[in-house]
Amino acid sequence: MSVNVTLLVIMGALFAAGIYLLLERSLTRVLLGLIMLANGANMLLLAGGGAAGRAPLYSSGIAPEDYSDPLPQALILTSIVISFAVTAFMLGIIYRSWILGRQDEVQDDIEDRRVASQSSFDAEDDAEIPIETTEFTPIEEAEEAPGNQRAGIGSRASNPRTEER
Amino acid sequence: MNIANLAPLAVVLPFLGAALAFLLIRHSRSQRAVSITTLCVTLMIEIFLLLDASGKGTTAVFIGNWAAPFGITMVVDQFSALMLVVSSAVSLAVLIYATGQGMTDGDEDGPISIFHPTYLILVAGVSNAFLAGDLFNLYVGFEILLTASYVLMTLGGTTPRIRAGVTYVVVSVVSSVLFLISIGMIYAATGTINMADLALKLADLDPATQMILHLMLLVAFGIKAAVFPLSFWLPDSYPTAPAPVTAVFAGLLTKVGVYAMVRTETLLFPGDRINTLLMIVAMLTMIVGILGALAQSDIKRMLSFTLVSHIGYMVFGLAISTVIGLGAAVYYVAHHIIVQTSLFLVTGLIERRGGTANMDRLGGLAKISPFLALLFFIPGMNLAGIPPFSGFLGKLGLLQAGVELGTPLAYVLVGAGVLTSLITLLAIARVWNRAFWRRPEDATHPDPILMATSTDGSAVTTSRRVAGHSTGKFAGRSAVSLLPKTMVGATTGLVLLGVSLTVLGGPLFELSDQAAQQMLDRSPYIDAVLGEGATEAAGVSP
Repeated sequence: MSVNVTLLVIMGALFAAGIYLLLERSLTRVLLGLIMLANGANMLLLAGGGAAGRAPLYSSGIAPEDYSDPLPQALILTSIVISFAVTAFMLGIIYRSWILGRQDEVQDDIEDRRVASQSSFDAEDDAEIPIETTEFTPIEEAEEAPGNQRAGIGSRASNPRTEER
Repeated sequence: MNIANLAPLAVVLPFLGAALAFLLIRHSRSQRAVSITTLCVTLMIEIFLLLDASGKGTTAVFIGNWAAPFGITMVVDQFSALMLVVSSAVSLAVLIYATGQGMTDGDEDGPISIFHPTYLILVAGVSNAFLAGDLFNLYVGFEILLTASYVLMTLGGTTPRIRAGVTYVVVSVVSSVLFLISIGMIYAATGTINMADLALKLADLDPATQMILHLMLLVAFGIKAAVFPLSFWLPDSYPTAPAPVTAVFAGLLTKVGVYAMVRTETLLFPGDRINTLLMIVAMLTMIVGILGALAQSDIKRMLSFTLVSHIGYMVFGLAISTVIGLGAAVYYVAHHIIVQTSLFLVTGLIERRGGTANMDRLGGLAKISPFLALLFFIPGMNLAGIPPFSGFLGKLGLLQAGVELGTPLAYVLVGAGVLTSLITLLAIARVWNRAFWRRPEDATHPDPILMATSTDGSAVTTSRRVAGHSTGKFAGRSAVSLLPKTMVGATTGLVLLGVSLTVLGGPLFELSDQAAQQMLDRSPYIDAVLGEGATEAAGVSP
């Protein structure tokens, strides 16, 4: 099988530029990177199809290997349609992101930052004397305090038992 | 008539339903009727397919009657039929849940009317991926479900969803491009993309080339399945989507990745060359995922991490690749789809009842709504693998397979599996203690909706409705039913389905062992696609 060097060089350039752009923080550049990657993959499919030949329409008297392989072209067509749709959708998201935040950059996950910055000590799980937070009071206590009226918010956390009485 | 010939309907029907739902975009009531009917019919057809496949084994359907390596082939075997049934049952439950949510909140018009058609397209994509008999059709199935999932993920276009959506779309597109590149390379190396044909032809390649193609495919599927070093995107993007969307994503999308990995490992690249790598990856996925779950205070994020962690169990079964191990993995996939989805649905209910899914702001739900507590408790224990439930049966099968293999690494993996199961229990218990067991007042910042209905005396158990509160999620709204019957009903159905996996454990394990046997044998699949005796003719040992 002969190799088409031009196709391979273009493919390599597209992949390299695409990956470089993908690592940028600006969303538009990321999108351009994705487009380049998709086109690079299409080039690869085309190169994988072998040397170019006649249009794959059957006419008698032509050896099978003279036709070009139609399958990679069908695959490329499908993948172009798919990447077109995804590009359109990405543009929509980027525009929306611009409308909402007036910026065109990948945003941090706030909850993730928060979890990462919190200390591993958890008052409820790790305190030496665990804070009693059960809803169910022992029977004798419940009898002492008929009705078991609820107190105000938050005050119970400090010492739930004594306040009940 | 051959029942398996109905298989393409599993893809076509949801598409037709989606088209009809698009036409009815202004009539939300008929739209709901159309989408629910479509899924019911699809589910029924798939149950027939499963019954047929469990008796007859693998059948291939040739679309347009083009013979195997040239045309598009769909293959129904026990594994794909089981996946189809489970995924459709779960999607139906989630659809009913979402419909209930939409009806109660009065989202009659607005962007939500796009939900039903998109959801059906997602189901069509999932079915197509399960049925695909060639790599490119698998790619197309992935793209259909991913494109639908992009829309569902960014539904409504709020700031957090757009932020999460960007990451999700970019990661998914990169994994798809990797998949496309591997398809291009495989085609260049072998000249075919039919999986049965590839199973015969890949073996002739140079081992180094085989390894490159193998790893390329695994990386592409690993991103989709959220296997450890490639799982970073999942806990970031899933929790921001609407509850039913997160539920169906958690249940189905990663499992399609796992399904593709199983096919790659068993059909395309059999043998144990990278089993050690898979075992290490499985162990890291389990441990790192579950440790991440412990650090979270948001229930949805916690569940996303347990999702990543439990993907490790499936890779574990795949890496062992004995009949018991693979069979247990098949059973575990079915179990996990149902249980993980029901947990996310329950979290959606918790969010409605308590106003938030943040553990620091919840409390006392066991007293406020005991039924909700039960709905959380059962799948929670199921996920952790407490004996009567299916999670235990699946893990037991995996551990058995690991011990049977008996290599040092397998024992380490068994230990990691047990440890992960324990930490899962701990993570579930933390949610239970905080959201359900303690008093609402003990929460760090109790949510106004939770407090409004729990502290004013008599309203504790009867307060199913919240009328126009000044603060919180339903601010400025007329009376809202917090736990609508449709949503609770759908969740209950799914939880019961999860329990029924235990009741039907015997037949199901038999089925999954059969599926594993057939997949490891390879010749049923190849013969079904390429015609009887194709395996012997090619002289390939299974």
